[in-house]
Amino acid sequence: MMTVAAARALGDGQICFVGIGLPSTAANLARTTHAPNLVLIYESGTLGSKPDRLPASIGDGVLAETADAVISVPEVFNYWLQPGRVDVGFLGAAQIDKYANINTTVIGGDYAHPQVRLPGAGGAPEIAASCGEVFVVVRQSHRSFVDRVDFVTSLGHGRGDGERARLGLRGAGPTLVITDLGVMRPDETGELILRAVHPGVTVDEVRAATGWELKVAADLTVTPAPTAGELATLRDLKARS
Amino acid sequence: MARITSLAEAVADLVHDGDTVALEGFTHLIPVAAGQEIIRQRRRDLTLVRMTPDIVYDQMIGAGCARKLIFSWGGNPGVGSLHRFRDAVQNSWPVPLAIEEHSHAGMANRYVAGASGLPFAVLRGYVGTDLPTVTDTVKPITCPFTGEELMAVPALNPDVSIVHAQRADRKGNVQLWGLVGVQKEAVLAARRSLVTVEEIVDELTPVPGGVVLPSWAVTAVAAVPGGAHPSYAQGYSERDNAYYAAWDPIGRDREGFTRWLDEHVYAAPIGVRP
Repeated sequence: MMTVAAARALGDGQICFVGIGLPSTAANLARTTHAPNLVLIYESGTLGSKPDRLPASIGDGVLAETADAVISVPEVFNYWLQPGRVDVGFLGAAQIDKYANINTTVIGGDYAHPQVRLPGAGGAPEIAASCGEVFVVVRQSHRSFVDRVDFVTSLGHGRGDGERARLGLRGAGPTLVITDLGVMRPDETGELILRAVHPGVTVDEVRAATGWELKVAADLTVTPAPTAGELATLRDLKARS
Repeated sequence: MARITSLAEAVADLVHDGDTVALEGFTHLIPVAAGQEIIRQRRRDLTLVRMTPDIVYDQMIGAGCARKLIFSWGGNPGVGSLHRFRDAVQNSWPVPLAIEEHSHAGMANRYVAGASGLPFAVLRGYVGTDLPTVTDTVKPITCPFTGEELMAVPALNPDVSIVHAQRADRKGNVQLWGLVGVQKEAVLAARRSLVTVEEIVDELTPVPGGVVLPSWAVTAVAAVPGGAHPSYAQGYSERDNAYYAAWDPIGRDREGFTRWLDEHVYAAPIGVRP
C-alpha cells in the first residue's frame, strides 16, 4: 500500500530524483503505470533511466544502460539538482520528526559516541534543499516518528513557521509523507497532519506509532485500495528483479 | 608518463603509512583488489577518503589500516550497515576511527576544487542541517557579488587516489565509461594516482561518452582483471549482489571477520577473488 500510494503521488512528465529502495520501487511503478513520461534521475549520474526491472542499487548497470545520458556525480549535483531543475525528490528516513526533518546520521548518545551509527547524508541534504518538493516514504513506528530528530541530516520545515524560507532554501521541502499506515502533509506552520489512513488502519493505530501528539485533518480520508492493475504491475516488476 | 607495473609494486611504491588515500568508484569500478593489497601490505594510520565507503573500506577499517575516514555515505548498498565501520566508530575496534562527514554534493565539490587547483569550492548546501556543527570543513561564505550566504568546503587533494577502469593502452592512457562517478576528479585532485584496469590493449577504441585519463596525468597503471569485484566494470563484468549480502554476517562478528581476513586476504595471492 505504501509503495502504491507513493507511486500515485508522482505525476506524468515530472522530473524525479530517486533514492534506492522504496522510492525507486514507487517511481518505477509510476513510470510503468500512469506516468510513462516520468523522468528518473539517480545520484550515480543517470538522467532519464528507464529500467525494465528494479535496480539493486543506485549504481545498478541497468540504470546507465537505459538512461538518456550518463554524467559525472559532480554534474548531477551542481548542474541538475542545485539550480532547481528537479520537481520531486524522493527520500527515506531512519527518523523523521513533527516538522518532517530527517535523520540518517546517528541515533542516541552524542554525535561522537552514538548508540547507532547510520550511513549518513549521501545526497539527501541537497535533495531536501533544492528539489521543488520532497516526498518521504518511511515505515511508521514510535521509534522512527519522533518529536525531534536526534540529528538534522536533511532539513524539513525546521522548527516550523517559515524557517525554511528564512534560511533561503529554494524548494518547498517535504510536502508529503507516506507510511505503511497513512499519509501526512504539513499544515501552514510546517507541522505534519494526518490526512489519510490506509484501508483497515485506525487513527488510534497511527497515533500509537507516532512520538508526538499527532493532529488529524477534519476531512480525513481513506486511501483507495490498490487496483488489480497496480498490484499486477508491482508483482511483475519485483518478479523480474 | 604512467608506469605500467604490478599491483603489489604500485601499492608498495605509492601508498605510505600516514597517507591520505582515496579509493573512489560510485557503485561501479570500485578498486577492491587494490584496497585488499593495501591491507596485505599492512599500511597503517591512513586517512581514507571516499564518497561512498562500502565493503572494501569496511575491510580496510576492520584490518586496522585507517585512523580517519572522510566520507558522505557509509553503508552496504541495498543490504544495510557496515559493521566494521560501526565497531570502529562506536567501540574503537581494532583502533579508534575519527570521522569527517559531508554530504555527497560537498564531497563531489571538494574533489572538483582539488582537481581545479583551487583552495575551496562553493555550494548552496548544508543550510539548516546539523552537519556544519560537527564538521569543521564546512564554513559559511558570503558571495562578493550578490551577498547571498553560501557554504564553502576545502579542496580534497589526496596523497594518492586509486580507481579502477576498463582499459589502458601500453603507454598508460586510461579509458573508462558507464557510471563515471568522481573517478576523473579524484585522480586529477591527487598528488599520485594508481589506476587498476581490466586489460591493457594495443590501442584504445573511442567509446561515446567515455573518459580518457591521459598517460601523463596518471602515475601508475596495473592490469588487475576482475579488480573491481564484487562491484563491476561495465562491458566486462556484472555486480556480484550475492557477495554484498554475504558480507553482512562476516562483517558483523569480530572473530568471523578476522578469520575471513586471514584466509581471504593475508593468505591469498594478489588478484584472487576473496
